[in-house]
Amino acid sequence: MKRRDFVQYAGLGAGALMMPSLLLGNDIPTEALLEPGMDALVKKRMADVALNTAKSLGATYADARIGRYLNQYVFTREDKVQNVVNTESFGIGIRVIANGTWGFSSTNSVTEDGIKKATEQAVAIAKANSKIQTDPVKLAPVNAYGEVSWKTPITKDFKEVPVSEKVDLLLTANAAALDNGADYVNSALFMVNEQKYFASTDGSYIDQDIHRLWPTFRVTAIDKAKGNFKTRENMSAPVGMGYEYLDGLESEKLEGPAGLRLYRNSYDMVEDATIAAKQAKEKLTAKSVDAGKYDLVLEPNHLGLTIHESVGHPLELDRVLGYEANYAGTSFATLDKLKSGNFKYGSDVVNLVADKTQVGSLGAVGYDDEGVKTKKWDLVRNGILTNFQAIRDQVHMIDQNESHGCCYAQSWEDVQFQRMPNVSLEPGKDKYSISEMIKDVEKGIYIAGRGSYSIDQQRYNFQFGGTVFYEIKNGEIVGMLEDVAYQSNTQEFWNSCVKICDEDDYRVFGTFFDGKGQPSQASAVSHGSSTARFNDVNVINTGRTI
Amino acid sequence: MAIYTKEEARKILEKALSFSKADTCEINLNGSNSGNIRYARNTVSTSGYSSNQSLAVQSSFGKKSGTATIDEFDDASLEKVVRRAEELANLSPENPEFMEPLGPQIYDESISFSEATANITPEYRAKVASSGIVPAAAQDVTAAGFFNDSAGFSAMINSKGLFAYNKSTNTDFTVTMRTNDGTGSGWVSRDFNDVTKFDADEASKTAIDKAVLSREAKAIEPGKYTVILEPAAASDLLRNMFRSLDARSADEGRSFMSAADGANKLGQKIVDERVNIWSDPLNSEVPTSPWNYAGQPLKKTTWLENGVVKNLAYDRFWAKEKGVEPVPYPSNVIMAGGDQSLEDLIKGTKKGILVTRLWYIRSVDPQTLLYTGLTRDGTFYIENGQIKYPVKNFRFNESPIIMLNNLETLGKQVRIDGNLIPYMKIRDFTFTSLSDAV
Repeated sequence: MKRRDFVQYAGLGAGALMMPSLLLGNDIPTEALLEPGMDALVKKRMADVALNTAKSLGATYADARIGRYLNQYVFTREDKVQNVVNTESFGIGIRVIANGTWGFSSTNSVTEDGIKKATEQAVAIAKANSKIQTDPVKLAPVNAYGEVSWKTPITKDFKEVPVSEKVDLLLTANAAALDNGADYVNSALFMVNEQKYFASTDGSYIDQDIHRLWPTFRVTAIDKAKGNFKTRENMSAPVGMGYEYLDGLESEKLEGPAGLRLYRNSYDMVEDATIAAKQAKEKLTAKSVDAGKYDLVLEPNHLGLTIHESVGHPLELDRVLGYEANYAGTSFATLDKLKSGNFKYGSDVVNLVADKTQVGSLGAVGYDDEGVKTKKWDLVRNGILTNFQAIRDQVHMIDQNESHGCCYAQSWEDVQFQRMPNVSLEPGKDKYSISEMIKDVEKGIYIAGRGSYSIDQQRYNFQFGGTVFYEIKNGEIVGMLEDVAYQSNTQEFWNSCVKICDEDDYRVFGTFFDGKGQPSQASAVSHGSSTARFNDVNVINTGRTI
Repeated sequence: MAIYTKEEARKILEKALSFSKADTCEINLNGSNSGNIRYARNTVSTSGYSSNQSLAVQSSFGKKSGTATIDEFDDASLEKVVRRAEELANLSPENPEFMEPLGPQIYDESISFSEATANITPEYRAKVASSGIVPAAAQDVTAAGFFNDSAGFSAMINSKGLFAYNKSTNTDFTVTMRTNDGTGSGWVSRDFNDVTKFDADEASKTAIDKAVLSREAKAIEPGKYTVILEPAAASDLLRNMFRSLDARSADEGRSFMSAADGANKLGQKIVDERVNIWSDPLNSEVPTSPWNYAGQPLKKTTWLENGVVKNLAYDRFWAKEKGVEPVPYPSNVIMAGGDQSLEDLIKGTKKGILVTRLWYIRSVDPQTLLYTGLTRDGTFYIENGQIKYPVKNFRFNESPIIMLNNLETLGKQVRIDGNLIPYMKIRDFTFTSLSDAV
């Protein structure tokens, strides 16, 4: 165990041990979630303290982010509620440019005195570092938006839904899993509300209210005699929506192959848990895959993670340039490949778009964390690499003068930097369903849901698992498989994409925990696609005996 | 923010506890200051400073608990936070696994704090960055690195008479050096409680040398190879194994420590008999707090002895269910090593691969602890006792259990990520494909 993990967990109850550390804040009573935060006028005054202090100390630019992060998590297992956690984190982060160099400091003391001290610290850091600065910061221009606001379009605020209703939903889903043969089930609801106020010396005062929600479970089936176990996780996605995502609307359900239920913009957790239990048991006796080449039919809730790792990350400009070389790595998609205008990232049917505005997605905001209005843009068009993802201080390095609006910090406490927008694969233009796609495959594997994932530091070689695997023979699903993982190379893989289902099958995958930066920060991001077919991909068998 | 002394912390905690009307009450007080510098492309990029403190109260009536937190410590604020925790406890469902707070405990004297680390300045951090950037630029190499320092304290009190206090410091440093032709990459990691043990010049030079040595790697066939794992490479796989040492998952049949017919592997030999692993908060190289979040004392604990599982971690609830003493999770990992240096291990290798580190390690199968990932930042082919040439990176699919059964030789220990891990030579390590990544 890492020492810093221990330090983070120290002082928290045992329930916190299963929480990702980045979700930690200060625990508060449920009703306190509904208390209004600091008034926008007061926030403006406080932000101005930071901006004015920075300018008086010689900063040429400053921004202040006052953040109130309200989270609620509910954890259960089988018939027990393990923990209900309400957290609030409130503070201010101040970023400055002095002597052409960035400086940043944050404090949870949001008072005139606390803000002044933190600003002094940020300027002192910038000045100390400017002595070794060889490449002064250049910011792309941004509009002064004045006083504006933005809110995630939700119809049910999680903060107004009683905890008992949330607990009931999880325990009902757990009971459904146990009734259908599961030995264990863990389930959780993560609900996030970021109330962010941004102000900068460029003349914007932006108030945003952002909501995200993630229902999740893991069902375990055990073969006690043999000492074997298998798990099946949820088919939901984390979303940029309110509690309405859990309504389980019939109109948003899709009939998948082999009795699978797939969900668009509304999730039926109890139904999914029921199916999960049956599939977890089936996995205990499923056939172990024969290694070799297969045509893969990849379901959107699976393909999203492959898009994330093999398209989202390599096209982040800061990685391309080497700013992330010491941690996440660099990229095979170098500047010369973009400039050539003919780098074949994928086959002709592959169109990949970046989008910070997509309704219901995790990445949707009105403005990014350096006050740039968000938008949608092409990354790969007809298979050709056309752009990267860039923010104010780097976009000039690809000869563009407008930030793409994808700057983000995980909290007021952390410095903002370039983060992945939603990156999605456009659906096929012709009418084409999952069943039609399977009918066309002779020797293949249908993979649904996320599993194990790993990719190298320049994003060439990757390996992915999945939640459930089905063998396809001569156009039909013939049974479940286990021990499946596929290995490929990014460019080879996307060039092997031959067909994509139409927009009726379009669904959005997401993750709360995209990690990047040092100290590492998490960011929530979505990836949409329809089911897609990739020919002749190398599949390995991951079964072992210990 | 000040790092409170034991007496200052006790005073605040006793005051807060005096407001409690619950059946039981436990209060934690934490604070930390941390600063960092980041550099890339041979220049400084972002850096920052953060200061935070908070007090958390857990109040319980029977098996119903509530928690509330505050960051102001005047009397009125302390009373408010205790009342809030009590209100929340009254509204909460009963937790059938609730355990009453522990009574008074005796803790060892901690050695995890260094005054020098607590006094680090922005100028010192800039100097660390500079010690990599200047020599890198002189050798046609580009530096990207990160240095982080933190100083903090933790204290707790409860209505059963327990009081605990600890302060600790830490520094973490990593740097990646890449040759400007894009064909070579080297990396080092260093971490210490006491910054006076850190030599930024030496660390940066090691990474530069490795980058230059790793230029223009050759591709060799993936397959099973004898490998020498540097401690950073071995540590990542072992750390994942340590996260799965929980007795409850093993007893429930859902861990690599589960055995057939509902048993667990306690007492079974699972790896080579030369494998000995323990934890010890008072080890002078990797000191940690002598108590954990629940107020349990942390003592030297043996996990694997001569390849046999000697302990699994039991939380207080599961220990009670099973009628055994609780065994807290380790706060560090120490694996016994041998006398051989890296050079000795290379000399004694007829044919093998030297691995600097592993990257993007993810679980493939929790049943067998199979992990996948890749080599990174310095992978070399060894023949007849010498490094012959750098090789392209590999993807591996391997289990630490299989790896520790295929142990050839243990080398010297090195501190990595707060743990002490030896160099190790392993036979038949499974590489499944090649990567073009540098």
